[in-house]
Amino acid sequence: MVPPLLRITGVSKHFGGFAALSEVSLEVAPGERFGLIGPNGSGKTTLINCVSGALRNESGSIEFDGAEISRLPAYQRTRRGIARSFQIPRPFKSMSVLENLVVPLEYVAHRRTLHTADTWEEAMAILRQMRMAEKADSPSNLLSQVELRKLELARAMAARPRLLISDEAMAGLAGNEVDEVLEILLELNRAGITIIMIEHIMHAVMRFSQRVICLDAGRIICEGAPAEIVKNLEVQKAYLGA
Amino acid sequence: MKFWIGVALAVALAAGLALSGTNEYFFYAGYVVLQFVVLATAWNILGGYAGYVNFGTAAFFGIGAYTAVVLFKAAGAPLGVQILAAACASGLLGFGTGLLTLRLRGIFFSIATVAVIFIMQTAIVNWRYVGGATGVQLLRPPAMPPFDSYTRMLFVVMAIMAVAGVCIARYIEVSWIGRGLRAIRDSEEAAECSGVPTLKLKLFACTVSGALMGAAGAPLPMYMSFLEPASSFDLNYSVSALAMPMIGGTSHWLGPVIGAILLGSVQQIVTVTISNEINVLVVGVLLVVFVVAAPDGVLGLLRRLKWFRRSSG
Repeated sequence: MVPPLLRITGVSKHFGGFAALSEVSLEVAPGERFGLIGPNGSGKTTLINCVSGALRNESGSIEFDGAEISRLPAYQRTRRGIARSFQIPRPFKSMSVLENLVVPLEYVAHRRTLHTADTWEEAMAILRQMRMAEKADSPSNLLSQVELRKLELARAMAARPRLLISDEAMAGLAGNEVDEVLEILLELNRAGITIIMIEHIMHAVMRFSQRVICLDAGRIICEGAPAEIVKNLEVQKAYLGA
Repeated sequence: MKFWIGVALAVALAAGLALSGTNEYFFYAGYVVLQFVVLATAWNILGGYAGYVNFGTAAFFGIGAYTAVVLFKAAGAPLGVQILAAACASGLLGFGTGLLTLRLRGIFFSIATVAVIFIMQTAIVNWRYVGGATGVQLLRPPAMPPFDSYTRMLFVVMAIMAVAGVCIARYIEVSWIGRGLRAIRDSEEAAECSGVPTLKLKLFACTVSGALMGAAGAPLPMYMSFLEPASSFDLNYSVSALAMPMIGGTSHWLGPVIGAILLGSVQQIVTVTISNEINVLVVGVLLVVFVVAAPDGVLGLLRRLKWFRRSSG
């Protein structure tokens, strides 16, 4: 069996007296499309904040590619190959769309090289892949909602990740826009990138994921193929109430 | 290329003026304006690019001045050595302050930097060797040829420092470091997740910024032939160093230069024609006017004008 790319073992996180995560353990295989669902406040974003380094877990371990990373600062995790998008888009708003991508390229992929022309060309290539090449020079504070979401993903991609965490990249988008983002994510996965998708839009997660985990109140209540998850009683209870 | 021609011209102009027959007072006032070019440029590296508003300029400036005094008293060190040592001392102070405070954000960072002024001032007041609260009188060595007065020489020295400061700031601005700092200002979380080592970069900016401020303070004891803590750790330095980039525009190296020349000159004129007290008021009023009417400073105004012309023509 292939060793997992990401292994989370017994991770807990408290905010004051509130247990946001209690003893969460899961594994993500290389190349997998992994869905993370759960009602609001169930700990999805806290979990990926612990993985990406925005928060530190109190107990348990997080291993990426066989190495313990839970004490590394976020930027080092990015350099090891974990990239994420933010639920509320956080563009570098004083920069153009293209420049937004140059930041991770300069600080991760092209850190040791001095050929700036290559950096800008690669940024452009990523924008083309995201189908927003025509926006390259627009200021990033003038983008529409769907463009902001795509910029989040594009910037994450510019860090050349092996694991991409997409935190509600589709929330608030129209149906055709959801399809567009979903298509982009599937394409990235075909290119070999492992993807964790956090999403509230059920038909999107179910169509996308090979395996889904449902969190509720900081615990994993169910794990399985999308078809099993929707039939699971506990999941239905967590979402709809008793 | 255009930039380097400008650099050469600026230095040549300053030296030419100092060697010409221009009135001595011009250099006395011009020195102060140039000193603010250095301070404003230094402040902008951390405050403008990274968005960390530093109120501690006076501390770095004062420590630079006192480092020069110590070296002069203890070893009779020449001005160049004093300036380098002052830059090192204040750079170190910047690094230390940064380590302690740069984990704080927004207003909390700013408040912490104010404290640095009071800590440093108290330390100096209680140090007899540098004159304590009463200050210390210094005897200027003779001016170096080709300059026929010490003030003229200091004017040129400060002009060179201003140009050097601007070169450093510009290098930081256009390099990957500058892009990282702007990413920090726009969103620190997103910057960190894009591989930017935010704490290291902020520490770097704080150190360079502090070092430049210290260098700006080093010639002060020689300029005044006297130094005392209350005026060298004056909060007005902090306020001006912050107001000038805001007025000029913080996103470009030219902004602090414009702001410092504009505000510094107005202050000098007001001091001479009206009163020394009013010149503090000028800073406040101009700052308020700009924050309300032109939040991106003079540069922002110019940019908007250009855009307006293009879209209407």
